[in-house]
Amino acid sequence: MDFSYTVLIPLIPLFVFLVVGIFSNYLNPKVAGAIGVLGLSTTTLLSLYTAYKYFFEVGKVNEVYQTIIGTKTTWIHFSEVLHIDMGVLLDPISIMMLVVVSSISLMVHIYSLGYMKGEIGFNRYYAFLSLFTFSMYSLVVATNIFQMYIFWELVGVSSFLLIGYYYDKPSAVAAAKKAFIVTRFADIGFLIGILILSFYAGTFDFQELNNPQGSLILNGVGSSFMGLSVIAWALILMFMGGAGKSAMFPLHIWLPDAMEGPTPVSALIHAATMVVAGVYLVARMFPLYYFIDGGFVLQIVAYVGAFTSLFAGVIACTQNDIKRVLAFSTMSQIGYMMLALGVSGFSGHEGLGYMAAMFHLFTHAMFKALLFLGAGSVIHAVHSNMMKDMGGLRKYMPISNITFLIAALAISGIPPFAGFFSKDEILVAALEKSPLLFAIEWAVAGVTAFYMFRIYFGIFWGKENSYAHTPHESPWVMTIPLMFLALMSIVAGFIPFSEFIAADRMPFEAHFNILVSTVSASVGVVGIVVAWIFYKSENNIPERVSKAFGAFYTWAFHKFYFDELYLFVTKKIIFNGVSASFAWFDKKVVDDGMIGIGNATLNTSEKIKKLQSGKFQDYATWFILGAIALTLYFLSKN
Amino acid sequence: MDILSLFIVAPIITVAVLLFAKNLNQSRIISLIGSLVQLGMAINLMFAYLAERASGNSAIMVFTKSFVWFKSLNIRYDIGADGITVFMIILASIVVLAGVFISWKINDLPKEFFISLIVLATGVYGFFISLDLFLMFLFFEVAVIPMYLLIGIWGSGPKENSAMKLTIMLMGASALLLVGILGLYFYSSPDGALTFNILEISKVNIPAEVQHYLFPVVFIGFAVIGALFPFHTWSPSGHASAPTAVSMLHAGVLMKLGGYGVFRVAMFLLPIGAKEWSWFFIILSVIGVVYGALAAIKQTDLKYINAYSSVSHLGLVLFALLMLNKTTWNGAIIQSLSHGFMTALFFALIGMIYERTHTRDVRELGGLLKVIPFISVIYVIAGLASLGLPGFSGFVAEMTIFVGAFQHVDLFHRVATIIGATVIVITAVYILRVVGMMLMGPVKKEAYNLLPQATWYEKTGVFLLLIPIIIIGTMPLWISDIITESIKPFIERML
Repeated sequence: MDFSYTVLIPLIPLFVFLVVGIFSNYLNPKVAGAIGVLGLSTTTLLSLYTAYKYFFEVGKVNEVYQTIIGTKTTWIHFSEVLHIDMGVLLDPISIMMLVVVSSISLMVHIYSLGYMKGEIGFNRYYAFLSLFTFSMYSLVVATNIFQMYIFWELVGVSSFLLIGYYYDKPSAVAAAKKAFIVTRFADIGFLIGILILSFYAGTFDFQELNNPQGSLILNGVGSSFMGLSVIAWALILMFMGGAGKSAMFPLHIWLPDAMEGPTPVSALIHAATMVVAGVYLVARMFPLYYFIDGGFVLQIVAYVGAFTSLFAGVIACTQNDIKRVLAFSTMSQIGYMMLALGVSGFSGHEGLGYMAAMFHLFTHAMFKALLFLGAGSVIHAVHSNMMKDMGGLRKYMPISNITFLIAALAISGIPPFAGFFSKDEILVAALEKSPLLFAIEWAVAGVTAFYMFRIYFGIFWGKENSYAHTPHESPWVMTIPLMFLALMSIVAGFIPFSEFIAADRMPFEAHFNILVSTVSASVGVVGIVVAWIFYKSENNIPERVSKAFGAFYTWAFHKFYFDELYLFVTKKIIFNGVSASFAWFDKKVVDDGMIGIGNATLNTSEKIKKLQSGKFQDYATWFILGAIALTLYFLSKN
Repeated sequence: MDILSLFIVAPIITVAVLLFAKNLNQSRIISLIGSLVQLGMAINLMFAYLAERASGNSAIMVFTKSFVWFKSLNIRYDIGADGITVFMIILASIVVLAGVFISWKINDLPKEFFISLIVLATGVYGFFISLDLFLMFLFFEVAVIPMYLLIGIWGSGPKENSAMKLTIMLMGASALLLVGILGLYFYSSPDGALTFNILEISKVNIPAEVQHYLFPVVFIGFAVIGALFPFHTWSPSGHASAPTAVSMLHAGVLMKLGGYGVFRVAMFLLPIGAKEWSWFFIILSVIGVVYGALAAIKQTDLKYINAYSSVSHLGLVLFALLMLNKTTWNGAIIQSLSHGFMTALFFALIGMIYERTHTRDVRELGGLLKVIPFISVIYVIAGLASLGLPGFSGFVAEMTIFVGAFQHVDLFHRVATIIGATVIVITAVYILRVVGMMLMGPVKKEAYNLLPQATWYEKTGVFLLLIPIIIIGTMPLWISDIITESIKPFIERML
């Protein structure tokens, strides 16, 4: 069956980017917005059509979902074997990502028509959104690891451009820089991982790399370094790149600051799509991660994920900027996905974790985008990100209230909302592998419910603020995306994901574990109840509790001082230490050394120029002395 | 007239006509026509070259011409071109044309300025097409000497000092080079028929112990102009004092003579010496790569930042050449081209900013995106290209180099590669620092709100440089195929 049309899915946003970007000074914002929405609608339809065609028309062949190359062309040759292709690879996870990216991006495109209305640089904003969407599509359909890396960089720069959208605001500039540099630092790992992997495998191609019957997985490469095979090292380094993009500890510091960007951007890039690229990377290379060195690297993935989810969850409870709470919540939820991949097996029911990670990625994209867009709607109404400037908004913003509540219930894992099902699968997978990891994630589920309802009550209930002008519900272009995503947050959980997605491509039937689901739902309820007691109306319980935690609360409030630590390392050590001393060395030692050589030459010539006195007697004296010296020399030699 | 000699004749005719120019307008129109003709010739040369190859000519050099020039020493006017030459000539002609546009409003002694500029270009073209070492050396000097005048007369800041430092260091290098060339000449033929011809010498196997001494001499002779650490210090101060078009031409084209000479002469003619010495110069070039980038972080003068950035990027060219591997060689050539266009673009933009604000100190600038959007947006794009963003030429070049360099299995080459690869972060740091300080943020001074927008000639110059960066960055296959074809003789000789 022909899938070559799928190349249009990335190309349409690219085209929109070029048109809107180049003519941004001449286009009416309405036209630019319309072009953006129209382009995205087309690609969304194409993505959905592709999903339908792939899953239902082509379907399984011998019980296995096939990998289909929609189109492929060579971009550059490096050597006889290594070359970068540009192409479209279709398999269950790439199609799922296409659906996620296009639906969220479309919602954000529509929502931004209202949210960004009247902003200077509206056209630029739409151009960048299209650039991002193009890059993200191309990333998820990459046929080889290098194509993925290329678009990995491009989503990074789109993120940089959009975080720095309000470029005259110093904090936004700093945040954009930080996001780019931290992820770029992680990308060195990614790049070196690719270099190692491609050298030993002799290919960049995913299909060849991931083939469980391929020589790389069956035979390995023999050479090892510090007890691990080099391929395992490559996978660790690549995971470093993934951890940077997905804001895993300790490379997480850029994500909270990235909230300086416009809120719809946070919803699209920093909640639903780009930040899960790291998860997608591990999922994409899953056979390698699973088979190389007995899955050692997966353990790292699991523990990094578990730790991040706990760490970020704790910080989220202490923040007062609602976007930052959501940012930490995103880190925490991505931690769940990483953990799920980390504990997953490969075939049949053992591969539950893999399926659960993808499931959670899907549902999380829906409800987290909804939370961000809902928060944006609120921010739009009260012109502040801080929780203290909000309160009692449920009366003024009924649609935002209901949709935000649905999203909060979904993320808290309350049945029958989407998050319940996906989180449940993750907990089951974790329990089968390690009770410790299960316990952590179970606790985080309660923490999640707590901080989420903390902000929900803080925004929509609690003490009503005296607003300068009465807040009102956002226009329909903003509420329609909210309602659509709320609908998705309700129904997405009922999609039988295990029928479509499995690590070995052979769908299986996931069993519903009644015990785990009861336990996980009840901890969510506990979290909500605690938040209700704390924040339903104004009281001093939160203050007393935070006092009781003492230093720990202060630590958590300051994000455990990781920003300060990084700042110290970069500013004090690298900039002022290394860089400044290099600059000094260059000026004082290298350059002055060269000047010194020049001066020495000059001095020497000053000295010997006296010999050129112009007096015949002097020349004659030197001539005779020389002749005598030579005569003596030759005489002595004979 | 053959297709290559035209590249020497056309600039000379331009200079001759320029002598009769009466004012700024006439000088710049003549220079513009002259450099447009050169660009046309360069593009024509590329198609002629492709046609020649397509017709099955597989000689190392095509379009060769040979005349005896100085019989007793067998110095000849030998010229020829391969794919690398063709691309270098295209690079030079584009940068020259862009330089003419950027100097559209030059005030002092316009005629003399354009004459020096075009003489410099003549030297560059001549250097690239020479197959005779003596001729090559001659053109090398022709390219370097006008630099002294261009900086000393039209420069700014401590210009005499900078011009002096630059010229003396490059002359010192020339002295080494001359020694090296003479060494090659005297070993060029076992039976006594000495020659300066590169292709002839390449057929001779120069004794290993001679190569051992000769290689570093020739290598350093060329590498100084390619900003090899620690011989790079002429570059920052030289660039800072030079007028815009000169910085463009110098960093964009002249510094490429270094890498080109290293490849075509030092390595091609002295392969044993190259293998023996590569480890040592790899260390120097890796130091240059990282050190240049780190030093750039702390600079405050835009031109210094870009000059150190050049040290870093050109260090990568030498690094890639010394890796002795066909993929890295391919990458080295692409990196040369890429850096040529990018750095010329940077200097052009810096010149425009300096002309408007009268400062190049990033601490005094701020918020330019708001006041001069065109220049600022292009600066951001140039910055992204420079930090190796996919879609621009720098990415293609760097990735080719890193992938190629990693094909060496031994620890030394790999560690060097990994150290070199850290530059992708350091570059991002200094580029984004400038972008953040100078272009973003609030407008720093009230007066900046009145800055004039980019003019048509500035925009033309900028687009001339930007387009090749994007072409190489998005469609690298054809260019890398042409280069791959042209490095075959090197592979046969050295690998």
